[in-house]
Amino acid sequence: MSKNEINTNINIKDLNLWYGEKHALKDISLDIPEKSVTALIGPSGCGKSTFLRCLNRMNDLVKSCRIEGEVLVDDENIYEKDVDVVDLRKKVGMVFQKPNPFPMSIYDNIAYGPKIHGCSKSETNERVHKALNDAALMGEVQDRLGDPAFSLSGGQQQRLCIARALAVKPEILLFDEPCSALDPISTSKIEDLILELKKDYTIVIVTHNMQQAARISDHTAFFLLGELIEFGRTKHIFEDPQVKSTEDYITGRFG
Amino acid sequence: MFLRPKTSEKLAFATLRLSMALVLAFVSIIVIYITVNGYSALSLDFITQMPMKRMTQGGIYPAIMGSLMLIGLSMAFAIPLGILSAIYLNEYSTPGRASWAIEMAINNLAGTPSVVFGLFGLALFVKYFGFGASLLSASLTLALLIVPVIIRASKEALMTVPQEYREASLALGVTKWQTTRKVILPAAIPGMMTGIILSIGRVAGETAPILLTGAAYFLPRIPDSVFSQFMALPYHLFVLATSGTSIAQTRPIQYGTALILLLIVVMMNSIAVLIRRHYRNKLNR
Repeated sequence: MSKNEINTNINIKDLNLWYGEKHALKDISLDIPEKSVTALIGPSGCGKSTFLRCLNRMNDLVKSCRIEGEVLVDDENIYEKDVDVVDLRKKVGMVFQKPNPFPMSIYDNIAYGPKIHGCSKSETNERVHKALNDAALMGEVQDRLGDPAFSLSGGQQQRLCIARALAVKPEILLFDEPCSALDPISTSKIEDLILELKKDYTIVIVTHNMQQAARISDHTAFFLLGELIEFGRTKHIFEDPQVKSTEDYITGRFG
Repeated sequence: MFLRPKTSEKLAFATLRLSMALVLAFVSIIVIYITVNGYSALSLDFITQMPMKRMTQGGIYPAIMGSLMLIGLSMAFAIPLGILSAIYLNEYSTPGRASWAIEMAINNLAGTPSVVFGLFGLALFVKYFGFGASLLSASLTLALLIVPVIIRASKEALMTVPQEYREASLALGVTKWQTTRKVILPAAIPGMMTGIILSIGRVAGETAPILLTGAAYFLPRIPDSVFSQFMALPYHLFVLATSGTSIAQTRPIQYGTALILLLIVVMMNSIAVLIRRHYRNKLNR
Protein backbone atom coordinates (compact mmCIF):
# COMPACT_ATOMS: atom_id res chain seq x y z
CA MET A 1 0.00 0.00 0.00
CA SER A 2 1.30 3.38 -0.80
CA LYS A 3 -0.13 6.80 -0.57
CA ASN A 4 1.93 9.79 -1.57
CA GLU A 5 4.87 7.40 -1.77
CA ILE A 6 4.68 6.68 1.94
CA ASN A 7 4.21 3.11 3.03
CA THR A 8 1.55 2.67 5.65
CA ASN A 9 0.96 -0.35 7.82
CA ILE A 10 -2.00 0.77 9.87
CA ASN A 11 -5.07 1.87 7.94
CA ILE A 12 -8.20 2.97 9.73
CA LYS A 13 -11.45 3.21 7.79
CA ASP A 14 -14.64 4.80 9.12
CA LEU A 15 -13.96 3.84 12.70
CA ASN A 16 -16.79 4.56 15.15
CA LEU A 17 -16.71 3.75 18.82
CA TRP A 18 -19.33 4.01 21.54
CA TYR A 19 -19.02 3.68 25.29
CA GLY A 20 -22.58 2.71 26.08
CA GLU A 21 -24.56 5.64 24.64
CA LYS A 22 -21.59 7.94 24.30
CA HIS A 23 -20.27 8.26 20.77
CA ALA A 24 -16.56 8.59 21.57
CA LEU A 25 -14.99 8.24 18.12
CA LYS A 26 -16.74 9.46 14.98
CA ASP A 27 -15.90 8.28 11.47
CA ILE A 28 -12.16 8.22 11.89
CA SER A 29 -10.21 7.39 8.74
CA LEU A 30 -6.46 7.58 8.90
CA ASP A 31 -3.41 5.90 7.35
CA ILE A 32 -0.45 5.64 9.64
CA PRO A 33 2.92 5.57 7.88
CA GLU A 34 5.33 2.83 8.80
CA LYS A 35 8.68 3.33 10.49
CA SER A 36 7.90 6.84 11.57
CA VAL A 37 6.36 8.61 14.53
CA THR A 38 2.73 9.66 14.42
CA ALA A 39 1.55 11.92 17.23
CA LEU A 40 -2.06 12.13 18.36
CA ILE A 41 -2.86 15.45 19.99
CA GLY A 42 -5.97 17.14 21.29
CA PRO A 43 -7.58 18.31 24.52
CA SER A 44 -8.44 15.84 27.30
CA GLY A 45 -11.40 13.67 26.48
CA CYS A 46 -11.09 14.14 22.72
CA GLY A 47 -10.74 10.43 22.12
CA LYS A 48 -7.03 10.18 21.27
CA SER A 49 -6.24 7.59 23.95
CA THR A 50 -9.40 5.69 23.08
CA PHE A 51 -8.28 5.71 19.45
CA LEU A 52 -4.83 4.43 20.41
CA ARG A 53 -6.40 1.58 22.35
CA CYS A 54 -8.36 0.56 19.26
CA LEU A 55 -5.11 -0.29 17.53
CA ASN A 56 -4.29 -3.21 19.86
CA ARG A 57 -7.86 -3.87 20.92
CA MET A 58 -7.29 -2.91 24.53
CA ASN A 59 -10.80 -1.46 24.40
CA ASP A 60 -12.02 -5.06 24.44
CA LEU A 61 -11.47 -4.85 28.21
CA VAL A 62 -14.19 -2.21 28.48
CA LYS A 63 -17.50 -3.99 28.64
CA SER A 64 -19.72 -1.17 27.37
CA CYS A 65 -17.50 -0.51 24.35
CA ARG A 66 -18.84 -1.06 20.82
CA ILE A 67 -16.83 -0.59 17.67
CA GLU A 68 -17.72 -0.29 13.99
CA GLY A 69 -15.44 0.16 11.01
CA GLU A 70 -12.08 -1.28 10.06
CA VAL A 71 -8.60 -1.16 11.46
CA LEU A 72 -6.16 -2.80 9.08
CA VAL A 73 -2.80 -3.81 10.42
CA ASP A 74 -0.63 -5.12 7.58
CA ASP A 75 -3.80 -5.25 5.46
CA GLU A 76 -5.65 -7.46 7.91
CA ASN A 77 -8.75 -6.14 9.68
CA ILE A 78 -8.05 -6.71 13.37
CA TYR A 79 -11.75 -6.56 14.19
CA GLU A 80 -12.61 -9.62 12.07
CA LYS A 81 -14.08 -12.45 14.09
CA ASP A 82 -11.25 -14.94 13.49
CA VAL A 83 -8.46 -12.58 14.56
CA ASP A 84 -6.45 -13.81 17.54
CA VAL A 85 -6.17 -10.83 19.89
CA VAL A 86 -3.20 -12.41 21.64
CA ASP A 87 -1.23 -12.57 18.36
CA LEU A 88 -2.30 -9.04 17.51
CA ARG A 89 -0.94 -7.70 20.78
CA LYS A 90 2.36 -9.45 20.21
CA LYS A 91 2.63 -7.49 17.01
CA VAL A 92 1.36 -4.21 18.46
CA GLY A 93 3.15 -3.38 21.71
CA MET A 94 2.01 -0.73 24.15
CA VAL A 95 3.61 1.56 26.70
CA PHE A 96 1.29 3.15 29.23
CA GLN A 97 0.97 6.55 30.83
CA LYS A 98 2.15 5.46 34.24
CA PRO A 99 5.22 3.20 34.33
CA ASN A 100 3.76 -0.19 35.24
CA PRO A 101 6.52 -2.73 35.81
CA PHE A 102 5.52 -6.04 37.39
CA PRO A 103 6.52 -6.73 40.99
CA MET A 104 9.50 -8.79 39.85
CA SER A 105 13.21 -8.26 39.17
CA ILE A 106 14.38 -6.05 36.31
CA TYR A 107 15.43 -9.12 34.38
CA ASP A 108 12.19 -11.04 34.96
CA ASN A 109 10.12 -8.07 33.84
CA ILE A 110 11.70 -8.17 30.40
CA ALA A 111 11.94 -11.96 30.25
CA TYR A 112 8.23 -12.24 31.08
CA GLY A 113 6.94 -11.89 27.50
CA PRO A 114 9.51 -14.08 25.71
CA LYS A 115 9.25 -16.80 28.39
CA ILE A 116 5.47 -17.01 28.15
CA HIS A 117 5.66 -17.04 24.39
CA GLY A 118 7.81 -20.13 24.58
CA CYS A 119 11.34 -18.83 23.98
CA SER A 120 14.19 -21.03 25.17
CA LYS A 121 16.36 -19.83 28.05
CA SER A 122 19.17 -18.66 25.81
CA GLU A 123 16.79 -16.99 23.37
CA THR A 124 15.08 -15.23 26.28
CA ASN A 125 18.41 -14.11 27.66
CA GLU A 126 19.44 -12.77 24.28
CA ARG A 127 16.18 -10.86 23.91
CA VAL A 128 16.45 -9.36 27.39
CA HIS A 129 19.91 -8.02 26.65
CA LYS A 130 18.96 -6.71 23.24
CA ALA A 131 15.82 -5.06 24.65
CA LEU A 132 17.82 -3.41 27.43
CA ASN A 133 20.32 -2.08 24.90
CA ASP A 134 17.62 -0.89 22.54
CA ALA A 135 15.78 0.83 25.36
CA ALA A 136 19.01 2.61 26.37
CA LEU A 137 18.79 1.19 29.86
CA MET A 138 21.62 -1.33 29.84
CA GLY A 139 24.30 1.04 31.10
CA GLU A 140 22.27 1.92 34.18
CA VAL A 141 21.15 -1.54 35.22
CA GLN A 142 23.68 -4.08 33.95
CA ASP A 143 25.09 -4.70 37.43
CA ARG A 144 21.73 -5.18 39.09
CA LEU A 145 19.44 -7.11 36.79
CA GLY A 146 18.23 -9.11 39.77
CA ASP A 147 17.09 -6.05 41.69
CA PRO A 148 13.39 -5.30 42.01
CA ALA A 149 12.01 -3.19 39.19
CA PHE A 150 10.51 -0.83 41.77
CA SER A 151 14.02 0.17 42.85
CA LEU A 152 14.40 2.07 39.57
CA SER A 153 13.50 5.74 39.12
CA GLY A 154 10.29 6.63 37.30
CA GLY A 155 12.09 7.36 34.05
CA GLN A 156 14.08 4.13 34.27
CA GLN A 157 10.89 2.22 35.00
CA GLN A 158 9.31 3.66 31.88
CA ARG A 159 12.31 2.62 29.77
CA LEU A 160 12.05 -0.80 31.41
CA CYS A 161 8.45 -0.96 30.24
CA ILE A 162 9.62 -0.04 26.74
CA ALA A 163 12.26 -2.78 26.91
CA ARG A 164 9.60 -5.21 28.11
CA ALA A 165 7.48 -4.38 25.07
CA LEU A 166 10.49 -4.65 22.72
CA ALA A 167 11.40 -8.11 23.99
CA VAL A 168 8.20 -9.48 22.47
CA LYS A 169 9.46 -8.22 19.07
CA PRO A 170 6.51 -6.12 17.99
CA GLU A 171 6.25 -4.25 14.68
CA ILE A 172 4.28 -1.37 16.04
CA LEU A 173 4.65 0.49 19.33
CA LEU A 174 1.84 2.48 20.89
CA PHE A 175 2.73 5.08 23.51
CA ASP A 176 -0.04 6.50 25.68
CA GLU A 177 1.37 9.75 27.10
CA PRO A 178 4.55 7.95 28.16
CA CYS A 179 6.18 11.03 29.69
CA SER A 180 3.31 12.61 31.56
CA ALA A 181 4.54 11.22 34.88
CA LEU A 182 8.21 11.98 34.27
CA ASP A 183 10.65 14.81 34.94
CA PRO A 184 12.15 16.79 32.01
CA ILE A 185 15.46 14.88 31.93
CA SER A 186 13.73 11.48 31.88
CA THR A 187 11.35 12.87 29.28
CA SER A 188 14.15 13.89 26.96
CA LYS A 189 15.73 10.44 27.33
CA ILE A 190 12.48 8.79 26.30
CA GLU A 191 12.13 11.20 23.38
CA ASP A 192 15.64 10.38 22.15
CA LEU A 193 14.77 6.73 22.49
CA ILE A 194 11.60 7.10 20.43
CA LEU A 195 13.55 8.84 17.67
CA GLU A 196 16.00 5.94 17.70
CA LEU A 197 13.24 3.32 17.71
CA LYS A 198 11.38 4.73 14.74
CA LYS A 199 14.07 3.32 12.44
CA ASP A 200 12.72 -0.15 13.17
CA TYR A 201 9.21 0.36 14.44
CA THR A 202 6.03 2.13 13.49
CA ILE A 203 5.27 4.39 16.43
CA VAL A 204 2.02 6.05 17.45
CA ILE A 205 2.17 8.34 20.46
CA VAL A 206 -0.52 10.18 22.35
CA THR A 207 0.81 13.34 23.92
CA HIS A 208 -0.48 16.38 25.76
CA ASN A 209 2.76 18.14 25.20
CA MET A 210 2.70 20.16 21.99
CA GLN A 211 6.46 20.69 21.97
CA GLN A 212 6.94 16.98 22.31
CA ALA A 213 4.73 16.29 19.31
CA ALA A 214 6.65 18.91 17.34
CA ARG A 215 10.04 17.53 18.41
CA ILE A 216 9.60 13.84 17.77
CA SER A 217 6.76 13.18 15.35
CA ASP A 218 6.75 13.03 11.57
CA HIS A 219 3.00 13.19 11.31
CA THR A 220 0.41 14.65 13.63
CA ALA A 221 -3.29 13.98 14.00
CA PHE A 222 -5.45 16.50 15.83
CA PHE A 223 -8.54 15.15 17.58
CA LEU A 224 -11.44 17.16 18.96
CA LEU A 225 -14.62 15.81 20.56
CA GLY A 226 -14.19 12.37 19.04
CA GLU A 227 -13.46 13.60 15.55
CA LEU A 228 -10.26 13.64 13.59
CA ILE A 229 -9.98 17.29 12.66
CA GLU A 230 -6.71 17.36 10.79
CA PHE A 231 -3.92 15.00 9.86
CA GLY A 232 -0.70 15.72 8.05
CA ARG A 233 3.03 16.19 8.29
CA THR A 234 3.87 17.59 11.69
CA LYS A 235 5.62 20.54 10.08
CA HIS A 236 2.49 21.47 8.17
CA ILE A 237 0.17 20.98 11.10
CA PHE A 238 2.25 23.20 13.33
CA GLU A 239 3.27 25.84 10.83
CA ASP A 240 0.31 25.99 8.54
CA PRO A 241 -2.79 24.34 9.99
CA GLN A 242 -5.71 24.24 7.58
CA VAL A 243 -8.45 24.22 10.19
CA LYS A 244 -9.18 27.03 12.62
CA SER A 245 -9.62 24.78 15.68
CA THR A 246 -6.26 23.09 15.06
CA GLU A 247 -4.60 26.47 15.02
CA ASP A 248 -6.45 27.51 18.16
CA TYR A 249 -5.34 24.39 19.99
CA ILE A 250 -1.73 24.55 18.87
CA THR A 251 -1.39 28.20 19.75
CA GLY A 252 -2.81 27.42 23.16
CA ARG A 253 -6.12 29.20 22.84
CA PHE A 254 -7.88 26.23 24.43
CA GLY A 255 -6.98 22.88 25.82
CA MET B 1 -20.78 21.48 72.09
CA PHE B 2 -17.60 21.33 70.10
CA LEU B 3 -14.32 20.16 71.53
CA ARG B 4 -11.20 21.93 70.49
CA PRO B 5 -9.39 19.91 67.79
CA LYS B 6 -6.49 19.13 70.10
CA THR B 7 -8.75 17.90 72.86
CA SER B 8 -10.80 15.72 70.57
CA GLU B 9 -7.59 14.36 69.05
CA LYS B 10 -6.40 13.35 72.52
CA LEU B 11 -9.76 11.88 73.39
CA ALA B 12 -9.88 9.87 70.17
CA PHE B 13 -6.41 8.45 70.67
CA ALA B 14 -7.10 7.61 74.29
CA THR B 15 -10.21 5.66 73.23
CA LEU B 16 -8.30 3.82 70.51
CA ARG B 17 -5.52 2.92 72.92
CA LEU B 18 -7.98 1.75 75.53
CA SER B 19 -9.77 -0.53 73.05
CA MET B 20 -6.48 -2.04 71.97
CA ALA B 21 -5.38 -2.53 75.57
CA LEU B 22 -8.66 -4.27 76.42
CA VAL B 23 -8.33 -6.69 73.52
CA LEU B 24 -4.71 -7.41 74.41
CA ALA B 25 -5.63 -7.92 78.04
CA PHE B 26 -8.33 -10.48 77.28
CA VAL B 27 -6.14 -12.41 74.86
CA SER B 28 -3.28 -12.43 77.37
CA ILE B 29 -5.53 -13.58 80.18
CA ILE B 30 -6.83 -16.49 78.13
CA VAL B 31 -3.39 -17.54 76.95
CA ILE B 32 -1.76 -17.15 80.36
CA TYR B 33 -4.58 -18.91 82.18
CA ILE B 34 -4.48 -21.89 79.87
CA THR B 35 -0.70 -22.03 79.89
CA VAL B 36 -0.39 -21.87 83.67
CA ASN B 37 -3.04 -24.54 84.19
CA GLY B 38 -2.08 -26.78 81.32
CA TYR B 39 1.67 -26.55 81.57
CA SER B 40 1.94 -29.21 84.27
CA ALA B 41 0.15 -31.76 82.09
CA LEU B 42 2.59 -31.34 79.21
CA SER B 43 5.16 -34.06 78.73
CA LEU B 44 6.46 -36.18 75.93
CA ASP B 45 4.14 -38.95 77.05
CA PHE B 46 1.18 -36.61 76.95
CA ILE B 47 1.60 -35.99 73.24
CA THR B 48 2.74 -39.50 72.24
CA GLN B 49 0.56 -41.82 74.31
CA MET B 50 -2.96 -43.12 73.94
CA PRO B 51 -5.54 -42.05 76.55
CA MET B 52 -5.74 -44.58 79.34
CA LYS B 53 -8.09 -45.55 82.16
CA ARG B 54 -11.24 -44.02 80.70
CA MET B 55 -9.28 -41.01 79.53
CA THR B 56 -8.32 -40.00 83.05
CA GLN B 57 -4.68 -40.71 82.36
CA GLY B 58 -2.27 -41.13 79.50
CA GLY B 59 -1.87 -38.86 76.52
CA ILE B 60 -3.90 -37.35 73.77
CA TYR B 61 -1.86 -38.61 70.82
CA PRO B 62 -4.81 -39.80 68.70
CA ALA B 63 -6.64 -36.49 69.20
CA ILE B 64 -3.56 -34.53 68.10
CA MET B 65 -3.10 -36.68 65.01
CA GLY B 66 -6.81 -36.58 64.28
CA SER B 67 -6.88 -32.79 64.45
CA LEU B 68 -3.76 -32.44 62.29
CA MET B 69 -5.23 -34.75 59.64
CA LEU B 70 -8.53 -32.92 59.80
CA ILE B 71 -6.83 -29.55 59.32
CA GLY B 72 -4.66 -30.87 56.49
CA LEU B 73 -7.49 -32.55 54.63
CA SER B 74 -10.02 -29.70 54.99
CA MET B 75 -7.42 -27.21 53.83
CA ALA B 76 -6.53 -29.41 50.87
CA PHE B 77 -10.19 -29.27 49.81
CA ALA B 78 -10.97 -25.69 50.75
CA ILE B 79 -7.91 -23.76 49.56
CA PRO B 80 -8.04 -24.71 45.87
CA LEU B 81 -11.82 -24.45 45.75
CA GLY B 82 -11.84 -21.09 47.51
CA ILE B 83 -9.02 -19.53 45.50
CA LEU B 84 -10.33 -20.77 42.15
CA SER B 85 -13.81 -19.47 42.95
CA ALA B 86 -12.36 -16.11 43.96
CA ILE B 87 -10.40 -15.93 40.69
CA TYR B 88 -13.57 -16.70 38.77
CA LEU B 89 -15.53 -14.04 40.64
CA ASN B 90 -12.92 -11.32 40.40
CA GLU B 91 -11.24 -11.96 37.05
CA TYR B 92 -13.78 -13.69 34.86
CA SER B 93 -17.40 -13.12 35.86
CA THR B 94 -19.03 -9.95 34.64
CA PRO B 95 -20.70 -7.79 37.25
CA GLY B 96 -24.43 -8.30 37.14
CA ARG B 97 -27.32 -9.99 38.87
CA ALA B 98 -25.78 -13.45 38.78
CA SER B 99 -22.51 -12.44 40.38
CA TRP B 100 -24.37 -10.27 42.89
CA ALA B 101 -26.46 -13.31 43.86
CA ILE B 102 -23.35 -15.46 44.20
CA GLU B 103 -21.71 -12.89 46.45
CA MET B 104 -24.78 -12.63 48.63
CA ALA B 105 -24.90 -16.40 48.92
CA ILE B 106 -21.25 -16.51 49.96
CA ASN B 107 -21.73 -13.81 52.58
CA ASN B 108 -24.71 -15.65 54.01
CA LEU B 109 -22.84 -18.93 54.04
CA ALA B 110 -20.04 -17.27 55.99
CA GLY B 111 -22.56 -16.33 58.65
CA THR B 112 -24.32 -19.69 58.87
CA PRO B 113 -23.97 -21.42 62.27
CA SER B 114 -21.53 -24.29 62.13
CA VAL B 115 -24.02 -26.78 63.54
CA VAL B 116 -26.11 -26.25 60.41
CA PHE B 117 -23.08 -27.18 58.34
CA GLY B 118 -22.72 -30.22 60.56
CA LEU B 119 -26.26 -31.38 59.84
CA PHE B 120 -25.77 -30.70 56.16
CA GLY B 121 -22.56 -32.74 56.18
CA LEU B 122 -24.34 -35.53 57.99
CA ALA B 123 -27.09 -35.61 55.38
CA LEU B 124 -24.90 -35.21 52.32
CA PHE B 125 -21.52 -36.80 52.98
CA VAL B 126 -22.26 -39.30 55.74
CA LYS B 127 -25.62 -40.55 54.48
CA TYR B 128 -26.19 -39.63 50.84
CA PHE B 129 -22.65 -40.17 49.53
CA GLY B 130 -22.21 -43.00 52.01
CA PHE B 131 -18.82 -41.85 53.33
CA GLY B 132 -20.09 -42.74 56.80
CA ALA B 133 -18.97 -41.03 59.96
CA SER B 134 -15.40 -40.50 58.88
CA LEU B 135 -12.40 -38.22 58.53
CA LEU B 136 -13.46 -37.61 54.92
CA SER B 137 -17.00 -36.53 55.79
CA ALA B 138 -15.79 -34.26 58.58
CA SER B 139 -13.07 -32.69 56.42
CA LEU B 140 -15.48 -32.02 53.57
CA THR B 141 -17.97 -30.47 55.99
CA LEU B 142 -15.31 -28.22 57.52
CA ALA B 143 -14.06 -27.34 54.05
CA LEU B 144 -17.55 -26.11 53.11
CA LEU B 145 -17.62 -24.14 56.34
CA ILE B 146 -14.45 -22.20 55.55
CA VAL B 147 -14.72 -21.89 51.78
CA PRO B 148 -16.77 -18.66 52.06
CA VAL B 149 -14.09 -17.14 54.30
CA ILE B 150 -11.33 -18.12 51.87
CA ILE B 151 -13.30 -16.86 48.87
CA ARG B 152 -13.92 -13.51 50.51
CA ALA B 153 -10.34 -12.98 51.63
CA SER B 154 -8.96 -14.16 48.28
CA LYS B 155 -11.28 -11.90 46.36
CA GLU B 156 -10.26 -8.92 48.49
CA ALA B 157 -6.64 -9.81 47.80
CA LEU B 158 -7.24 -10.02 44.05
CA MET B 159 -9.05 -6.68 44.10
CA THR B 160 -6.00 -4.96 45.57
CA VAL B 161 -3.79 -6.08 42.67
CA PRO B 162 -3.41 -2.95 40.51
CA GLN B 163 -5.32 -2.95 37.24
CA GLU B 164 -2.11 -1.79 35.53
CA TYR B 165 -0.55 -5.23 35.97
CA ARG B 166 -3.40 -6.80 34.05
CA GLU B 167 -3.23 -4.23 31.26
CA ALA B 168 0.55 -4.45 31.01
CA SER B 169 0.47 -8.21 30.72
CA LEU B 170 -2.42 -8.39 28.26
CA ALA B 171 -0.75 -5.73 26.08
CA LEU B 172 2.24 -8.07 25.71
CA GLY B 173 0.06 -10.64 23.97
CA VAL B 174 -0.34 -12.76 27.08
CA THR B 175 -3.62 -14.58 27.63
CA LYS B 176 -5.87 -13.83 30.55
CA TRP B 177 -5.20 -17.14 32.26
CA GLN B 178 -1.43 -16.76 31.88
CA THR B 179 -1.73 -13.23 33.26
CA THR B 180 -3.72 -14.51 36.21
CA ARG B 181 -1.25 -17.28 36.93
CA LYS B 182 2.01 -15.43 36.44
CA VAL B 183 1.26 -11.91 37.64
CA ILE B 184 -2.06 -11.57 39.45
CA LEU B 185 -1.94 -14.67 41.63
CA PRO B 186 1.63 -14.16 42.95
CA ALA B 187 0.74 -10.57 43.81
CA ALA B 188 -2.42 -11.68 45.63
CA ILE B 189 -1.06 -14.66 47.56
CA PRO B 190 0.09 -12.69 50.64
CA GLY B 191 -3.42 -11.31 51.06
CA MET B 192 -4.96 -14.71 50.44
CA MET B 193 -2.84 -16.19 53.22
CA THR B 194 -4.65 -13.97 55.70
CA GLY B 195 -7.94 -15.71 54.93
CA ILE B 196 -6.23 -19.07 55.12
CA ILE B 197 -4.78 -18.26 58.54
CA LEU B 198 -8.23 -17.37 59.84
CA SER B 199 -9.60 -20.61 58.46
CA ILE B 200 -6.97 -22.78 60.10
CA GLY B 201 -8.03 -21.57 63.52
CA ARG B 202 -11.63 -22.16 62.59
CA VAL B 203 -11.04 -25.74 61.41
CA ALA B 204 -8.88 -26.59 64.39
CA GLY B 205 -11.48 -25.37 66.86
CA GLU B 206 -14.85 -26.35 65.40
CA THR B 207 -16.65 -29.02 67.39
CA ALA B 208 -20.29 -29.21 66.34
CA PRO B 209 -19.73 -30.09 62.66
CA ILE B 210 -17.23 -32.89 63.34
CA LEU B 211 -19.33 -34.26 66.18
CA LEU B 212 -22.07 -34.95 63.63
CA THR B 213 -19.85 -36.20 60.85
CA GLY B 214 -17.06 -38.34 62.20
CA ALA B 215 -15.34 -37.42 65.46
CA ALA B 216 -15.18 -40.28 67.93
CA TYR B 217 -15.82 -40.09 71.65
CA PHE B 218 -12.97 -42.45 72.36
CA LEU B 219 -10.85 -44.26 69.80
CA PRO B 220 -7.36 -45.15 70.93
CA ARG B 221 -5.75 -45.43 67.51
CA ILE B 222 -4.75 -43.31 64.57
CA PRO B 223 -7.21 -43.32 61.64
CA ASP B 224 -5.82 -45.69 59.01
CA SER B 225 -7.86 -44.29 56.14
CA VAL B 226 -10.03 -41.29 55.33
CA PHE B 227 -13.03 -43.50 55.95
CA SER B 228 -12.10 -44.08 59.58
CA GLN B 229 -13.52 -42.23 62.52
CA PHE B 230 -11.07 -40.14 64.48
CA MET B 231 -10.51 -38.25 67.69
CA ALA B 232 -10.04 -34.51 67.58
CA LEU B 233 -8.77 -32.06 70.20
CA PRO B 234 -11.80 -29.77 70.54
CA TYR B 235 -14.23 -32.66 70.87
CA HIS B 236 -11.91 -34.49 73.24
CA LEU B 237 -11.76 -31.36 75.35
CA PHE B 238 -15.55 -31.09 75.30
CA VAL B 239 -15.90 -34.72 76.35
CA LEU B 240 -13.40 -34.42 79.19
CA ALA B 241 -14.96 -31.24 80.47
CA THR B 242 -18.61 -32.28 80.31
CA SER B 243 -19.22 -35.99 80.14
CA GLY B 244 -16.12 -37.68 81.42
CA THR B 245 -16.31 -40.00 84.37
CA SER B 246 -14.26 -37.81 86.63
CA ILE B 247 -14.31 -34.26 85.43
CA ALA B 248 -12.40 -32.77 88.33
CA GLN B 249 -9.68 -35.37 88.16
CA THR B 250 -8.99 -34.75 84.49
CA ARG B 251 -8.74 -30.99 84.83
CA PRO B 252 -4.97 -30.87 84.13
CA ILE B 253 -5.52 -33.02 81.05
CA GLN B 254 -8.26 -30.66 79.91
CA TYR B 255 -6.01 -27.64 80.20
CA GLY B 256 -3.18 -29.58 78.62
CA THR B 257 -5.43 -30.41 75.68
CA ALA B 258 -6.50 -26.79 75.32
CA LEU B 259 -2.88 -25.71 75.40
CA ILE B 260 -1.88 -28.21 72.72
CA LEU B 261 -4.80 -27.03 70.57
CA LEU B 262 -3.60 -23.45 70.96
CA LEU B 263 -0.04 -24.44 70.13
CA ILE B 264 -1.14 -26.29 67.00
CA VAL B 265 -3.07 -23.26 65.78
CA VAL B 266 -0.12 -20.98 66.55
CA MET B 267 2.23 -23.35 64.76
CA MET B 268 0.03 -23.62 61.67
CA ASN B 269 -0.44 -19.87 61.58
CA SER B 270 3.31 -19.33 61.87
CA ILE B 271 3.85 -21.53 58.84
CA ALA B 272 1.25 -19.53 56.94
CA VAL B 273 2.86 -16.27 58.05
CA LEU B 274 6.24 -17.52 56.84
CA ILE B 275 4.75 -18.40 53.46
CA ARG B 276 3.13 -14.99 53.33
CA ARG B 277 6.44 -13.29 54.14
CA HIS B 278 8.20 -15.36 51.50
CA TYR B 279 5.79 -14.17 48.83
CA ARG B 280 5.87 -10.58 50.06
CA ASN B 281 9.65 -10.54 49.84
CA LYS B 282 9.39 -11.94 46.37
CA LEU B 283 7.20 -8.99 45.47
CA ASN B 284 9.89 -6.67 46.83
CA ARG B 285 7.59 -4.80 49.07
